[in-house]
Amino acid sequence: MRQETPSQVPGAAPTLTKRDFESDQDVRWCPGCGDYSILAQTQRILPELGIPKEDLVFISGIGCSSRFPYYMDTYGFHTIHGRAPTIAAGVKIANPELSVWVITGDGDALSIGGNHFIHLMRRNLDINVLLFNNRIYGLTKGQYSPTSEQGKVTYSTPMGSIENPFNTISLALASRVSFVARSLDRDSDHLRRIIKAAFEHKGTSFVEIYQNCNVFNDGAFFQYTEKETKADNTVFLEHGEPLVFGKDRDKGIRLNELRPEVVSLTDGKYTVEDLMVHDQFADGPTLAHFFARMTDLPNVPTPVGIFRSFNRPCYEDFMTQQIDAARGTKGQGDLEGLLNAGDTWEIE
Amino acid sequence: MNKKMQTIEEATILFAGDSGDGSQIIGTQMTEASAIVGNDVATLPDYPAEIRAPAGSLAGISGFQLHFSSENIHTPGDACDVLVAMNPAALKVNLDNLKPNGLLIVNSNNFASRNLKLAGYESNPLEDGSLEKFQVYPVELTRLTREALKDTDLSQREVDRCKNFFAVGMVFWLYNRPMENTLHFIKERYAKKPEYVEANTLALKAGNVYCEATEQFATSYVVEPAEFPPGKYRNVEGNMATAFGLVAASQVSGLQLVYGSYPITPASSILHALANHKEFGVVTMQMEDEIAAIGVAIGAAFSGALGVTGSSGPGLALKSEALNLAMIAELPIVVCNIQRAGPSTGMPTKTEQADLLQMYYGRNGESPVPIIAASRPSDCFDAIYEACRIAVKYMTPVIFMSDLYVAFGAEPWRIPEVSDLAEINVDFRTEEEGFNPYLRDATTLARPWVKPGTPGLEHRIGGLEKADITGNVSYDPENHEQMTHIRSEKVARIADDIPPLEVFGPQKGNLLVVSWGGTFGAVRTAVERKQGNGASVAHTHLRYLNPLPKDLGGILERFNRVLVPELNLGQLKQLIRAEYLIPAEGLNKVQGQPFHVFEVESKIDELLEGEV
Repeated sequence: MRQETPSQVPGAAPTLTKRDFESDQDVRWCPGCGDYSILAQTQRILPELGIPKEDLVFISGIGCSSRFPYYMDTYGFHTIHGRAPTIAAGVKIANPELSVWVITGDGDALSIGGNHFIHLMRRNLDINVLLFNNRIYGLTKGQYSPTSEQGKVTYSTPMGSIENPFNTISLALASRVSFVARSLDRDSDHLRRIIKAAFEHKGTSFVEIYQNCNVFNDGAFFQYTEKETKADNTVFLEHGEPLVFGKDRDKGIRLNELRPEVVSLTDGKYTVEDLMVHDQFADGPTLAHFFARMTDLPNVPTPVGIFRSFNRPCYEDFMTQQIDAARGTKGQGDLEGLLNAGDTWEIE
Repeated sequence: MNKKMQTIEEATILFAGDSGDGSQIIGTQMTEASAIVGNDVATLPDYPAEIRAPAGSLAGISGFQLHFSSENIHTPGDACDVLVAMNPAALKVNLDNLKPNGLLIVNSNNFASRNLKLAGYESNPLEDGSLEKFQVYPVELTRLTREALKDTDLSQREVDRCKNFFAVGMVFWLYNRPMENTLHFIKERYAKKPEYVEANTLALKAGNVYCEATEQFATSYVVEPAEFPPGKYRNVEGNMATAFGLVAASQVSGLQLVYGSYPITPASSILHALANHKEFGVVTMQMEDEIAAIGVAIGAAFSGALGVTGSSGPGLALKSEALNLAMIAELPIVVCNIQRAGPSTGMPTKTEQADLLQMYYGRNGESPVPIIAASRPSDCFDAIYEACRIAVKYMTPVIFMSDLYVAFGAEPWRIPEVSDLAEINVDFRTEEEGFNPYLRDATTLARPWVKPGTPGLEHRIGGLEKADITGNVSYDPENHEQMTHIRSEKVARIADDIPPLEVFGPQKGNLLVVSWGGTFGAVRTAVERKQGNGASVAHTHLRYLNPLPKDLGGILERFNRVLVPELNLGQLKQLIRAEYLIPAEGLNKVQGQPFHVFEVESKIDELLEGEV
């Protein structure tokens, strides 16, 4: 006779752990790579999301980050350079019940796949995009990327890059993304929280993750991630909270005309009341754009957190509505009727 | 007056005018009317590249050629019996197509100096004697249409736009066509503008009555019904048949159809047709580019749907990397290449079949992909359906090829019974025990198809080389060679699953003509005519280009000479030479136009000369 497991509610999904999401393949990133942390935080947070393992699909393009699906014991598809958003869109439209994730990098999403990246967000399919931004091409061994800073010396730019980098968050906002956030490979708690929020948002969720490539671009983000400098160089966006930062939380961001101004909270001139307050759910994208631009400005901290999230109908929901509407007026498709429609004649 | 009625076997009519003159509409109406009286019909629309070139200019001429007959026909006709030219430019562009003593109906109101100049005429051809070898009927189409519509409230501009229906009304009289169908069409088309229904109806009837009343036209013609196998028929264009075939494959297999596409001539009308049939659960996604369009097809296939993308040669160039991914991932998608004249942007509104080697070889690495080509508009239904069947059965991408001539052409189609369609069995794997993503069916070598969402079968696939059976990433040299052979063998085995070739005519002898794709009609007609004259010539037509049919080699051996007519510089010829080591000869044309039957006939004559 079969015995009931007393600890388990009949019919409920078994509780999963991080290990359940680890595939049997050896992880092959360089030792010390920031990708390890992102993989681990994803595997740690997934059990909390309550999705059956079989409903998860991880889709990647090409690059170091795109090896990610091989290490996940879920459905996965390692596709071709830059095209993961298109394949993810096909997966999602054919089965909207699946939880679909795109794993990509700065070269994959913003260079070769730039077109797909913006159109995915414009369409707003319910897909989560994790972009590992290390500001370098790692897999091809160290060329500059579309997020590399101007002047960057790499193998392909021995005299320094003459290009301007993308502001990734601004690009996503301009593409009308309905959820956009930034997190850090070295801030595991924050990263898990953001991944969870991205999952919970219905619509395209875009998360830029600053990720260290310790071989070709070591320390690119240390000013934002390392203990000594992090607090003074980042400001964590929290909905409804004023923009306070600094090791001693003694600085803030004030709106000065149309510019962000760093002010001291200890010299008596300004208080917390004078600071900008984050509104993640603001009606328009203006505030999010404003914060996104701070990334490019000297002498202001770089924002980290959820820049904006708002609800708008998903592409797949509209598609289902149109199919339902067509069936409402024409009835369920009838193949014989279709082939025999219009002017016909009989030959005896 | 006393009007004569004369029975003839067949006729070819070309309607030509500015692209805004409605030549396509009246051509289609004459086609429908001819099909409904039981003629066999074949059409060739000829669009300009410009949507609306300057009125009266040579660049803006749009034509629609229709061939109808009491015999079975396979082409829209080499030359025309009737040319309806709405202006001097239409005359200039198409006069070479008119047979000597052919009927030339022109809108004489449009032959004023400005239009003559635009068309590059120094003098008025209606007056300078240059048209004397034709039967010229100058008709004041504009004035007569205005006259007929004088009691309507339409503006002069709106009235003038009805003159195409006046013209087709005349042609209906000339060939004794019933008007009911076109009257019904007008009602439907202008349902929201009753004043247009009235005006176009008046114009159509006025054109008809004009011919009856005027002494200009003394003879009308009767083309008796052709003999067709019994059944229910409709007219169908190639792209429409392609769309129907996809819906049919989706319905029969029970797989949702997901069609990703990016607008491109001449494939777009497949997207339009499918977008109109969401009641079948069809998803159409107009994507941001060609790559995204095949991307959604691949993603949909991974999810367990019937993923399809459609484009033309330039789009296929962009899709090739993704197509290769589908090949190595062994996912069933169908890729439609509706060919047009290349290379590069080429001549987008003209036909050609020069993408065969691109489809064969246009991918990096060893990348075998089955190729199926449609021979004529109605065959698009069967060919695309077969492409879907093979894709699903063998877990492989399949390329479906047609071309602009087939895609835009129309002909009568015997509507198939749904119950007669081939089965498309889909067997999604759900059994966890013993599962591996690259296990194979012993006969077809297909790997299992697993829908994400199936518990216990989580697995990863991708474009990196796969270890046999497990599908894990592998750089093992021997494994790579083995997997390359397996993928090749899988496609080769499809040859066991295709019907034997039909050889039309003698089963052995002097000359075999081998064709593929849209040249079927011209080649078959030429061979029929030569056989009628007692020549020893046979014809076989290839639907399956990859793999080639197993019996092709044996058939080729039975003939002294092999001719491969193609609208390219000899691509199938090259494949046949390489595969069978025979000196196949070519007849090649790259003018953006289909073969004329006489061109194929002359080549056959040339090759048979001196043969006994």
